[in-house]
Amino acid sequence: MNELLRRLFFLPEQGSTFAVKVDHLHFVLLLTTLAVAVGIGAVGLFFLVRYRRRTASDATPRVVAAPWMEGLFIGVPLSLFLLWFVLGFQQFVWVMSPPQDSLDVYVTGKQWMWKFTYPGGPSAIDTLVVPAGRPVRLLLTSRDVIHSFYVPDFRMKRDAVPGRYTDLWFEAPKPGRHQVLCAEYCGLDHSVMRGEVVVLSPSDFDAWQDAQRRNLPVAALPGARTPESMAVRGERVAAAQGCLQCHTVTGAPHIGPTWLGLYGRREPLEGGGAVLADEAYLTESMMDPLAKVVAGYAPVMPGYHGRLSAEDSGALVEFIKSLRPLRPGVTAAEEPVYVPTGR
Amino acid sequence: MSPPAAESYLSDGRTLWSWLTTHDHKRIGVMFLGLTLFFFLVGGLFALALRIELLTPGRTIMGHLAYNRMFTLHGVTMVWLFMIPAIPSAFGNFLVPLMIGARDVAFPRLNLASVYLYVLGASVTLWGMFEGGADTGWTFYTPYSTTTGTAVLPVLVGVFIIGFSTILTGLNFIATVHTLRAPGLTWMKVPLFVWAIYGTAIIQVLATPVLGMVLLLVALERVVGAGIFDPARGGDPILFQHLFWFYSHPAVYIMVLPSMGVISEAVSAFSRKNAFSYRMIVYSTLGIAFVGFFTWGHHMFASGQSTFGSGAFGAMSMLVAIFTAIKIFSWLGTLYRGSIAIESPLIYTLGFMFFLFFGGMIGVAYATTSLNLHWHDTYSVVAHFHFIMVGATVMAFLAALHYWFPKMFGRCFPAKLANGAAVLIIFGFIATFVPQFLLGNLGMPRRYADYPPHFQSLHVASTAGASLLAFGFVAIAFYLAWSLRHGAVAGDNPWGSEGFEWRSASPPPTHNFHVTPEYPTGPHEYAREEVPHAA
Repeated sequence: MNELLRRLFFLPEQGSTFAVKVDHLHFVLLLTTLAVAVGIGAVGLFFLVRYRRRTASDATPRVVAAPWMEGLFIGVPLSLFLLWFVLGFQQFVWVMSPPQDSLDVYVTGKQWMWKFTYPGGPSAIDTLVVPAGRPVRLLLTSRDVIHSFYVPDFRMKRDAVPGRYTDLWFEAPKPGRHQVLCAEYCGLDHSVMRGEVVVLSPSDFDAWQDAQRRNLPVAALPGARTPESMAVRGERVAAAQGCLQCHTVTGAPHIGPTWLGLYGRREPLEGGGAVLADEAYLTESMMDPLAKVVAGYAPVMPGYHGRLSAEDSGALVEFIKSLRPLRPGVTAAEEPVYVPTGR
Repeated sequence: MSPPAAESYLSDGRTLWSWLTTHDHKRIGVMFLGLTLFFFLVGGLFALALRIELLTPGRTIMGHLAYNRMFTLHGVTMVWLFMIPAIPSAFGNFLVPLMIGARDVAFPRLNLASVYLYVLGASVTLWGMFEGGADTGWTFYTPYSTTTGTAVLPVLVGVFIIGFSTILTGLNFIATVHTLRAPGLTWMKVPLFVWAIYGTAIIQVLATPVLGMVLLLVALERVVGAGIFDPARGGDPILFQHLFWFYSHPAVYIMVLPSMGVISEAVSAFSRKNAFSYRMIVYSTLGIAFVGFFTWGHHMFASGQSTFGSGAFGAMSMLVAIFTAIKIFSWLGTLYRGSIAIESPLIYTLGFMFFLFFGGMIGVAYATTSLNLHWHDTYSVVAHFHFIMVGATVMAFLAALHYWFPKMFGRCFPAKLANGAAVLIIFGFIATFVPQFLLGNLGMPRRYADYPPHFQSLHVASTAGASLLAFGFVAIAFYLAWSLRHGAVAGDNPWGSEGFEWRSASPPPTHNFHVTPEYPTGPHEYAREEVPHAA
């Protein structure tokens, strides 16, 4: 039944757990629409034949809708639409809340390609390799104009907006290949800004990751650096940009809040309220530091927009994420573990 | 077969100068009709070029840049130069004073100014097109629109000027309906078309200034680098989308509400029945004008706006759909026990109801937040708004053109030819846009100059439908142009309609009425005998 309806409505393959869920609602809405359309069309045609004009002087009765009938005309569609809304919004909240054990990948849209960067180091252009059966969270941003990361097989898209991070998560149940398209008009070669998601079985994925680390060209050259993880790069960026002149990584507050354990913490704000220090807040604070100042600190930080590339700001976030208290030493987060955020 | 000897607004001065300096709302309406039809032709030719390009993957007749400019100009022309002024400025101007027993609109000079502003704005936009044209899409999303090297500025300025034309027209209608109704014509006797134009005018006056503002901001950003939408200068690209859709979502109702008014009139006239639920149509018109302002965020579910915000906009969008549902039920109820004459305006009306219903229900599906994530920015959305804006609005426009053609020009057109063209056009629309719904389901994003090969068969079907459609429009253009001179003389009321506008001669004299008509009964009344309801 599922397969029949999917083909009937020309929906593509169901490549994610969300696609399987959301397609049922697709079917319900499309079938209801078709049924009611046929119903209304049939009534209209019946009236056309039954009440067609017979003589030039036909008289018609004055028919006025009774209040209960008007109530019915309003109530029935309204309850139907609100039911759809509730069902759809439940799914929407689900797909907008990434699970906490997901694999993070940074995605940068750029005219006209997709760049994927894994916190563990390797990065790739236009091909995203992910393991099957495990939630993957994409942290999207753009280097120039707005793009939109769209995988029809996953039934979802999310805009990549310059100057901020948005996220999108999915879980592909089985290995396969899925086309990535750009859905937000982004200029000359918008229509050929395509990519691919390659879903591998978990063991193949691990093997792929190892191979990536070993086979990266820089690593193969004698004396070259091994590919650095994003967190290590972030540390380098922090030093180069002078971040550590105000922020400590030891837990001691200085001119700015310490980065140790910052990620995932709720920070009280100057002027009331609090904010969860997640990727979005950390990015915002780099780009527009005065937007939400943590209580007790002077608004003195300069903005870094235009001074930090999308990759560098992502690397800084990864560096901050890697700084967690009660852990000996700072290691690159190969697979980030999320502290509970109460979502 | 000589033209009617009686004094009509058409024979009151035959020089070009007498038209260019006229204060007569009817002449202004006719001028708007001619202008909007011209731009419908221009936009339609762009559309055909786009469809031909999409016939095969890869390059067919133009490259990516030409395609991007083409779809931008198609959108700009169709939305601002045709769809928004077509019914309110052309038919609204012609009919509103006639329907409320007034000699003219409240501000005749302002009305003439709105024609000139439209021509000025259209000329600036056209000039931009010849300069190479913008390649931003008609939505001008930042930061692309502030950074691209194409001629965005003339198009922005042109649309900005046209905005003033829209505001003046709306202002005029509000003042006219409030102050110039004939004695005895109370609010609950005002014809449904006038109510629809009134609701539209409210949106025009409230929403269009926001468009003007946001276009001005984009222009400032381009010229002096204001940085309002540029994240590199601390601006916010999403802010543009909020401002833009705050205008442009209500703008959809600037296009659809007048159409609904036309349909209410036509259904009543061609089934010779009173409106089934007059009050509910009036209230739902005002309801759409009101709730339409609270739904703009449903264009931005995928943009990164908050989950709760998306939910709130989704729920509000459901309410707009209800008002539309009320109208569809009311039109069906009006057909019930009527005396239905199958003339071309009624055929367009049935097409309208189908497109509005189907397009509207799919719209509800898009407002369902989770489903939107798949459909957003795909061809499915293209098909949806073409169903509403082209399918429904153009149906209503053609219904209006055929229904009031005898009123405007005193001539009839060949009925059989008109019926045939109407059927051809309806099937042409279905053949053009149903494949696009399926393309969207399949995942084809909009604004694609090129596409992966598995989308091709549906594109071929869509292009075939578009050529049917083009053929239908050419047929209509020919027989209506022929009828202007050679059609049978219509007489004052060829349809036997009870609509108030038919109480003057066809074509009407310069000041509409020799004797101000009286209004003992409500509008759309065909029987005096009272029957409680359908049961």
